[in-house]
This record gives sequence, C-alpha cells and structure tokens, in this order.
Amino acid sequence: MPPDYWQTLRLTLALAACTTVLLLLLGLPLAYALARSRSRLRPLAEAVVSLPLVLPPTVIGFYLLLAFSDSTALGRFLINQLGLSLNFTFPGILVGSLVYSLPFMVQPLQAGFRQLPRSLSEAAYTLGKSRGTTLWRVLLPNMKPALLNGVVLTFAHTLGEFGVVLMIGGSLPGRTRVASIAIYDEVQSLHYDQANAYAITLLVVAFVILVGLYWFTKKDAARLS
Amino acid sequence: MLDFHLLKALHTAAGPRTLDVRLTLAPGELLAISGPSGAGKTTLLRLLAGLDRPDGGFLTADGQPWYRQQPRHWLPPQQRPLGFVFQDYALFPNMTVRENLAFATAGRADDKILIDKLLEELELTELAQRRPAVLSGGQQQRVALARALAARPRLLLLDEPLAALDLPTRLRLQQVLAEVHKQFSLTTILISHDPAEIARLADRVLELDLGQVRRLGPPVAPAAPATVPGRVLAVLAAGRLRVQLPGGAEVEVPAPPGRECAVGQKLALTVGVGPG
Repeated sequence: MPPDYWQTLRLTLALAACTTVLLLLLGLPLAYALARSRSRLRPLAEAVVSLPLVLPPTVIGFYLLLAFSDSTALGRFLINQLGLSLNFTFPGILVGSLVYSLPFMVQPLQAGFRQLPRSLSEAAYTLGKSRGTTLWRVLLPNMKPALLNGVVLTFAHTLGEFGVVLMIGGSLPGRTRVASIAIYDEVQSLHYDQANAYAITLLVVAFVILVGLYWFTKKDAARLS
Repeated sequence: MLDFHLLKALHTAAGPRTLDVRLTLAPGELLAISGPSGAGKTTLLRLLAGLDRPDGGFLTADGQPWYRQQPRHWLPPQQRPLGFVFQDYALFPNMTVRENLAFATAGRADDKILIDKLLEELELTELAQRRPAVLSGGQQQRVALARALAARPRLLLLDEPLAALDLPTRLRLQQVLAEVHKQFSLTTILISHDPAEIARLADRVLELDLGQVRRLGPPVAPAAPATVPGRVLAVLAAGRLRVQLPGGAEVEVPAPPGRECAVGQKLALTVGVGPG
C-alpha cells in the first residue's frame, strides 16, 4: 500500500463527488434550455458544451491555467478582487473538472428531456401546474435513467481525469494529486506495486459503477413498461 | 361562455395559410370541430388552451379576457380553468391512475371525494393503483378524461379523444362523454372525424379547411348506410348465411329476419360501422 493511498483516494472521491453534484445543479437548467430551445444559436451552445469531448485535456488545462494566473485580466480580477487564487488548489481543479466533465452530464440529460413527449409538460400546464412543479413532479421522475446516466458518467469520468488536473493542479499530495496522477508519479519512480494499488482500485470502482448503472437502467425499464 | 376571434399562421401542405375563426359559444354547449388534416383543428384547440400564442384577435371566457392583441394581454395555460385531453392522452407514466387524478386537483379539502367519484363514474376504481403503461387504450382514455375533470374545469377541450379506439369502446366512451358533459355542466369542444359521433354528441359543428370556416351549424345526420349486392352460398345453422360479395369474398351474416333464404338467392347486405 502506498503511503498516501487513503489521502489520495479521499481527494479523488471528493473531487468526483463535488464535480457531480455541482454539474447536476448546473447541467439540469442548461440541458432543459437546450432541449426546449428553438433558437438559431442552439448549435453554437451545443458545440461549446461538447468541446471538452474532443479537445485534448491539456488544451483545456492550459487555457484555464492562463485564465487563473495573474498574467490575464480574468486571473487578475479573480486574484485581486475576489481573492481567488485557483492554480494549484482544490477549487482550481474542481473548476477544471466542471469544464472537462460538462458534456458527460448535459448530453444524457438533454437526451432525457428530448425523449419525453411535449404533451406531458403541456398536460401539467393545463392542469394549472407551474414550470417548476412540472419539472420536479412530471419530467424528472420520468427520466430517471437519463439522470442516473449523467450522474454516473460524470462521476466515473472525473475519477479518471488526468490532463486537466495535472495542468492546473500539478501534483501536490493531499491537495491536487488525484489517483490517476499518483499512478503516473509512481510509475515514473518505478514503484510498480504502488501504481498497481491505485490502478486496480480505479478499475474496480469504475467497473462496479457501470454494472450498477446498467443493472438499474434495466430494472427501471421493466418497471415502467 | 366563450367568445373569440383568433388568427394564427398555419403551415399546411398547400403552403402558408392563416387560421381565422370567429365564434361565440353558449355555456353548456358542445361544439365539434371537423375537417381534413392540416385544417388547423388542433392549432385552434391549442390557442384556446394557451399552449400556443395567437398572432392576433381576442379571446374572452365568461367575460374574462384570456387573450387580447391590443393592449397586449395573454393568460398562461395554468390560469385558464380548462381541461385538455390530448390525442396521445399524455398520462404521467410515473404515477398511478389515482395519483394522475390527484396531481390534477388544486389541493381543496373535498378533492378526495371528487377523485373517488370520478374513478367510480369512469369505471376506474379497480384500476386506481395501476400505472398507465399497463392499461388498454380505452382505459387510458378514461383516465385522461377523469384527470382533466379532476381539475374542475369549466371548459373541456378534447383533441380526437376517441380516434384510436375500437368501435365498441368508442361507442361506450361517447356515452360517457355525453354524460360527463351534462353532469359537470361543461362547455365542451371536441375534434372528431366521425360524422356519427358528431351527430350523436354535438350541438353544433365547425368545419374547418385550410384555416377557414367552411360551415358552422347543426351536425348533419350521417348518410344512410350503403348496401352491396350478395349471393347466398349456403344456409348455415343458427340462422346464419354464407354470402358471396361482388369481389368474390365470402362472409357469414345473420339471415334477415322473417324471410326464407335459399342457396343462390340474391341479397342486399348493409355495410355499416357498428350497431344501428
């Protein structure tokens, strides 16, 4: 067992959990707006959301690193006005993870909203229910598989994050060194056993999460049909 | 009860047209809307419900303005006391039949009494704990109607409510609709393609085509059922006959009462939909 094993794992899980919760809160209104929008600018918004899927993580990390540093106006504003020094900190890698995992939350939710017939929300409106009540009582309960998909994929994807965290956070044990970076470090120092301890943990966690997802999706489909 | 003149751009197969309907409905009236697809029937219903916004005109219900072009005024669907039955029923899959009805109520003390009454009258009591996915089309239709009524509407809008159902179910539900309309003293607007259904239910019928009113008046009784010539092939047991139709097809029909039938005899067969 590597000396920082539990500390690193705790940090990794904390990052994945915080990213998932925040992205769920941010992703729901965004996915709802994208699914219902008839704006001509929608493809542009969808492209921005999907960009992290195709960009190398180092590109995202590089620009965030610049944005957070005092060499840019935004960075100076964050540091001087808000007192937020994000590079090489946990909040910094959290912001990076939010950007990096955004499509993994928004795309399943958007598809979930789209596959619900429009008449469901319209029926709720004619019954006098507000948009909020309709979302909470009618739409979300009928897209549980999409919700679960978004949450699980975001969590699992953040667990495996490497490039963005490395660029913004470096590899500070207990602060920014997540499991995937620890694996890289241990291999660099030829500590294959210790790298394996992290690697096998990530492998097992990812597998268990996916089995859980597919098992629940199957069960939910059976329940509603 | 309802007084409106509504204008809305339509995209029809024949190109862009304008839906333009001016109408006054008396309280308790049942109006049927019919017309070919693309005539603007559903659009008109959606404008009345507030699901789409008109391009111009006005809409007043019980003296209360629901829509006015100048000065601009538009009441959202949530604030219009109406029930809407969708073509696809739009039942909430996550809720049981009873929960679907309960969701529609506004949280009054006597809601439970109303729900029980609706479940009983629409013969849904046995199905109250089921989810919509396991119900038949006719049952789903009854739930959709009960749910619309649970919101205590004054205006009931039905978008081809019975189109997807088989004939016996449709006849049974026409009866239910007529009863409900009377009992809850509703003003009802119903989209239908079935002249027999319209004749049975409606006080007036509005025929639309490409957004324009073609006819507004009392429903026309459906044409007398047509007959086809047939030839008796065999006399069967229990007073039934095997008859050959002009195309060569063979059918089994009950023998006409009070008449002896022999093989080879010519017979006029009534083709109709349904009994009577």
